[in-house]
Amino acid sequence: MEVLLALMVGILYAAGIYMMLRRSLVKLIIGIILIGNGANLLIFLLGRITKGSPPIIPENAKVLTEAFADPVPQALILTAIVISFGLQSFAIVLVKRAHTVVRTDDLDEMNATDEDS
Amino acid sequence: MTQQIIIYPLFLQIAISIILMFSWNNVRFQKIFSVIGSFLALILSFVVFYFIWTQGTQTVQAGTWPAPFGITFVADTFSATLVVLTALSGFAVSIYSAASVLNDRLKFGYFPIYHFLLLGLNGAFLTGDIFNLYVWFEIIIISSFVLITIGGEKAQLEGAVKYFTLNILASVIFLTAIAVLYGITGSLNMADLAGKVAAVENRGLVQITAILFMIGFGIKAGVFPLYFWLPASYHTPPFAVSAIFGGLLTKVGVYALIRVFTLIFTGDEFLNELLIIIAILTLVSGGVGALVQNNMRKVFSYLIICHIGYMIAGLGMFTQIAIAGAIFYLIHDIVVKTNLFMLSGLVYRLKGTNSMRALGGLYAQWPKISLLLFIPLFSLVGIPPLSGFWPKINLIKQGFGGDYYITVAAIIFASFVTLVIIAKLWAEVFWKDSQPLKLKENFGFFSKMTTLKKFQFVFPIALLSLVSLYIGFGAEHIQELSARIADELVNHQGYIDTVLHATK
Repeated sequence: MEVLLALMVGILYAAGIYMMLRRSLVKLIIGIILIGNGANLLIFLLGRITKGSPPIIPENAKVLTEAFADPVPQALILTAIVISFGLQSFAIVLVKRAHTVVRTDDLDEMNATDEDS
Repeated sequence: MTQQIIIYPLFLQIAISIILMFSWNNVRFQKIFSVIGSFLALILSFVVFYFIWTQGTQTVQAGTWPAPFGITFVADTFSATLVVLTALSGFAVSIYSAASVLNDRLKFGYFPIYHFLLLGLNGAFLTGDIFNLYVWFEIIIISSFVLITIGGEKAQLEGAVKYFTLNILASVIFLTAIAVLYGITGSLNMADLAGKVAAVENRGLVQITAILFMIGFGIKAGVFPLYFWLPASYHTPPFAVSAIFGGLLTKVGVYALIRVFTLIFTGDEFLNELLIIIAILTLVSGGVGALVQNNMRKVFSYLIICHIGYMIAGLGMFTQIAIAGAIFYLIHDIVVKTNLFMLSGLVYRLKGTNSMRALGGLYAQWPKISLLLFIPLFSLVGIPPLSGFWPKINLIKQGFGGDYYITVAAIIFASFVTLVIIAKLWAEVFWKDSQPLKLKENFGFFSKMTTLKKFQFVFPIALLSLVSLYIGFGAEHIQELSARIADELVNHQGYIDTVLHATK
């Protein structure tokens, strides 16, 4: 399972960076989404995967003695997902708006800011 | 209970934002309230600073969960100083925004978002938890995205696409670094991490993590190979937005670098050398980049990059004197860079352009304003006794003491280039004969403004110039302050003990 997830993380990062390096704005967004998911999966993976043992303490005990799934990474991912969701929606609106104003989908043609004024 | 005061700056900014949001269409009220709120924040930040200065490092554990399990807020002298500087720049830019940002833009929630940005900055300076640092960073960047796009002009949107992409990439890399750090240590509290990272046996893994952090913060700070988004975007939004970005946003990256590399990843020769190399290249490339620009705001954008190099160099040398120099430079730089962008906005209002070729004759037309603008421009260069001079002494002294001759050469080169640029700017904009400029229609020239508006333009610049003068002439106070901060950063055991063994 770990190996599979590790491969998955690698693929998501690689695909995300590849897409971000394209010149199209839409592919840029897809790249951002992929790489964001890759990061979330990485947190999950590095929190060590423990199958089927939730961190719930029995009634008559004070601490967990057996191995348990660490809840912290899942809390982190939850936060990160919400944040990246917000950023992605902003990205889509921004790119839509940039496309209507600049009338191009090509990042190489967006060079008005580099011109000498 | 009094410890709680360190998170009051956050509550204050949230309260201001929310009240401003409920008066979405009432721009007049927003202007007045934002200025009053920022003034209160300034007073509060001084109270917090005084409290930290007399009582030492303070912590607040959210929900009284003891560290390292809960969320911790920590205020040491470094954090408190930056909170004061944030409030100071925030106050100045708030007054400046009220006059300089168009009402059409203010109607789209400029002021609420502006105060959310200040909230994020305060949060980033005060948090003691690395994942919360990430969350505060996100609050900062989402606010900055809105501020940079507000108005939706073509140049702004193009600048925003570049700004946005690189900042998201930086966040993802930062998040990746946190994931790896959590994987190898199982902790998120920065004070707790300090001990746990030192105990990790696989130093290679630690170095990789540190480099991930370096890239993540480096993009935000605008260091050598990672800065290209900065000069492409910082000159596009309204001047007030440029001012707060130029003054504070890149400095958050520097703050995070200093915090992480003095607390968590310490005493690694390889990392320190890497920082020094980055610093040298940043100093040189930023300076050379600024030389060829003609737009005032672009010149200042490159100078931001150039001067980040001083702080990174101070961090890389990693001795108490060098870090004190870096901190001193940080304090000076926040004030001066905010002021410079407000200054370029004022010049734009006076003449209707920012191109150094087209400008001229400002001194003949407005001698008093020119004399005022002289202070921030030459504080940046650091002609003694103005403020930029003193921190460089620390850095150069440490450079010679520790045989960092190339670094010293780069520092001197960057100072020299800055001097050339500012002298050129002064000659072109202020001394050169006035040139005939096409008068723009429907443009609010400075001379046509009401006295109140003129005051709103000039007062923030005068205020920050006064602070620059204080930093220059009262250098021994700032030196004492930065020496104390450097002492706390280098001998970080006190910080760790305060956080981990706090009673509440």
